[in-house]
Amino acid sequence: MNNYITAVCAIKNGKVMINDKVDFTNNAAGSDVDFLKSVYLHYQVSYPKFYKMDSLCKLAMVASELLIKTNKITERYKSEDIAIVIANSGSSLEVDTEHQKAISDKVNYFPSPAVFVYTLPNILIGEIAIRNKIKGENTFFIFDKFDAEFMSSYVNSLLNSNKEECCITGWVEFYDNNYEAFLITVEKNKEGNLNITNTKEELTKLYINQAQLAAS
Amino acid sequence: MMTELMDKLKGEIITQLNLEDLKKEDISDDSPLFGDGLGLDSIDALELIVLLEKNYGIKIANPADGKKIFQTIRTMAEYIEANKK
Amino acid sequence: MDKNIYVTGIGIISAIGDNVAETLDSVRKQKSGIGSLDNIETRHKNDIPVGEVKHTNAELSKLLGFSPETKITRTTLLGIVAAKEAMESAGIKDVKEFRTGLISANSVGGMAMTEMYYKDFLNPEKKGDFVDYILNHDCGDSTEAIANVLGIKDHISTISTACSSSANSIMLGARLIKNNIVDRVIVGGTDSLSKFTINGFMTLMILDKEKCKPFDAERKGLNLGEGAGFIVLESEKAAAGKEILCELSGYGNANDAYHQTASSPTGEGAYLAMEKAFKVSGLKPADIDYINAHGTGTGVNDLSEGTAIERLFGNKVPAISSTKAFTGHTLGACGGIEAVLSVLAIKYNMVYPNLNLVHQMSELTFTPVKELSTDKPINHVLSNSFGFGGNSSALIFSRH
Repeated sequence: MNNYITAVCAIKNGKVMINDKVDFTNNAAGSDVDFLKSVYLHYQVSYPKFYKMDSLCKLAMVASELLIKTNKITERYKSEDIAIVIANSGSSLEVDTEHQKAISDKVNYFPSPAVFVYTLPNILIGEIAIRNKIKGENTFFIFDKFDAEFMSSYVNSLLNSNKEECCITGWVEFYDNNYEAFLITVEKNKEGNLNITNTKEELTKLYINQAQLAAS
Repeated sequence: MMTELMDKLKGEIITQLNLEDLKKEDISDDSPLFGDGLGLDSIDALELIVLLEKNYGIKIANPADGKKIFQTIRTMAEYIEANKK
Repeated sequence: MDKNIYVTGIGIISAIGDNVAETLDSVRKQKSGIGSLDNIETRHKNDIPVGEVKHTNAELSKLLGFSPETKITRTTLLGIVAAKEAMESAGIKDVKEFRTGLISANSVGGMAMTEMYYKDFLNPEKKGDFVDYILNHDCGDSTEAIANVLGIKDHISTISTACSSSANSIMLGARLIKNNIVDRVIVGGTDSLSKFTINGFMTLMILDKEKCKPFDAERKGLNLGEGAGFIVLESEKAAAGKEILCELSGYGNANDAYHQTASSPTGEGAYLAMEKAFKVSGLKPADIDYINAHGTGTGVNDLSEGTAIERLFGNKVPAISSTKAFTGHTLGACGGIEAVLSVLAIKYNMVYPNLNLVHQMSELTFTPVKELSTDKPINHVLSNSFGFGGNSSALIFSRH
């Protein structure tokens, strides 16, 4: 049974790519976090909790927000019918380092609970779920690099087993001046702006295409 | 004295809890910090416990005590006045 | 698609034993593994009890026949001990005989390694290659290392969804077999105690300073633990002629969509996950003989989970207990450890006592089992695992 990639949102290299075009560029941001804030403000995402998140969740939050805006999956499906399957390689290393630094400071020992709660990569799925009231199956994988073969076949088997109707899936990484979000929606029907068959080959092509747009 | 402390607290809370979209003027002395007020949650309450220890040397051992102390900016300031070292 | 999933092997290491035999001995004697923290230097050493595996890394290496100087993280060493036992107990001698996979879960991964190299981490001159090195020691590295030792090559993946990680790896394993990607798969998880987690959980103020009391009205929080638990899942073809311990008949996962760490008052995620597991298994709540609850001992979890269970089971809640007062909360490993305990519950018709329970929770109508029971047949066991990030999972094991 074929399933279809219905929309994509990627954030990389100071650019936001929605479907097949660069939608927003800001190369003047002082830091990666400043850049994410500029995306948040540019798209008028009104969700003050954004400011409390760690960088990885901020990135996942804005990318998922823009993705869902393009094809309105949360309006079209029940909350239990939307799955979220995301992977990266560095887990939550960026914020792990921050927590590690705080607990290693013998004089000013004040580790932050608000930092510690983000030291798990799947918290970003939790944040997307809370924001959009999504209650379907959710998993976070750790891979060396984006694995189009596994991700496409895993999501297809999830949808074909009739458990879920739609899946938000992709790659979200934020570590040491290196950030990348690549999120897509996969649905059983051709509902969206893209309608690419969800296969290893097509997913790879789409992933490379977004990376080329980011580098352009 | 109290007014100064409350003003200072507002600034500290905005920084500690990353309430970047808020200014001191947005927080009133007597409106609730949790629930319908500022909308803070259980993790924020834990952060406020860290704030009291870091900035005022006050240790709170039982997180349940936070409920009373962190009702409003005023209750928090009163608690600090009564307990600071 | 409706293939049966057979459980043919189990392996476990935790504060109550280095293997299945020692674990059985401890639960039969109702002996908890919660005690002092000996292997980690931290400022909280004397503040909290933990469920620690009483071996240093050098001892664990020796136990496995490795050189004591081996630079393998504690998470990985624990994982190898349990995964090896699981494979041996399933009688797997030739890995190449069938397509074999390994799915391992953990929550802190290479944190022990990051701790070790933390000073270099802060040194800006050491950037570059060093970053790559640290990145190689993330959560996924442990799985690769375990797979290497076991000789597994056909499918390897790592799941990191906090405290439900292992349950999710078991669920993924079942899917891989059902979708004919592998014929058998070793699934579970491993996690070690670390300064990182101990200090982190201290800030959340949910660690009990005494032994934890899951489902007690006066519960004060959880005890952290460490260990690993793996089970071997096989297809009908791969399991032919073997002793089948039980079947994995159902599994489900959902998101609570409520808060980063706290579970919802209605236990929405837990409820949905259990409901899905029943759907997959074709069983009804009345078929369940024992529930191995997530039951961490925190105020929020036990109330939320208990509420979800009552929503589903009504006033007919079967025998239920949390085994966290034996092992401590082993985070990413708990779903694997509790899966092993669930399999043993079926094999020996055993219901574990919910240790340290004295005061009935007023919000709940059911009372967890207080004494070990071995006199009632246990045919179907429901095992719950819930994680931060709202990730909620439920597994059902059934007598073959």
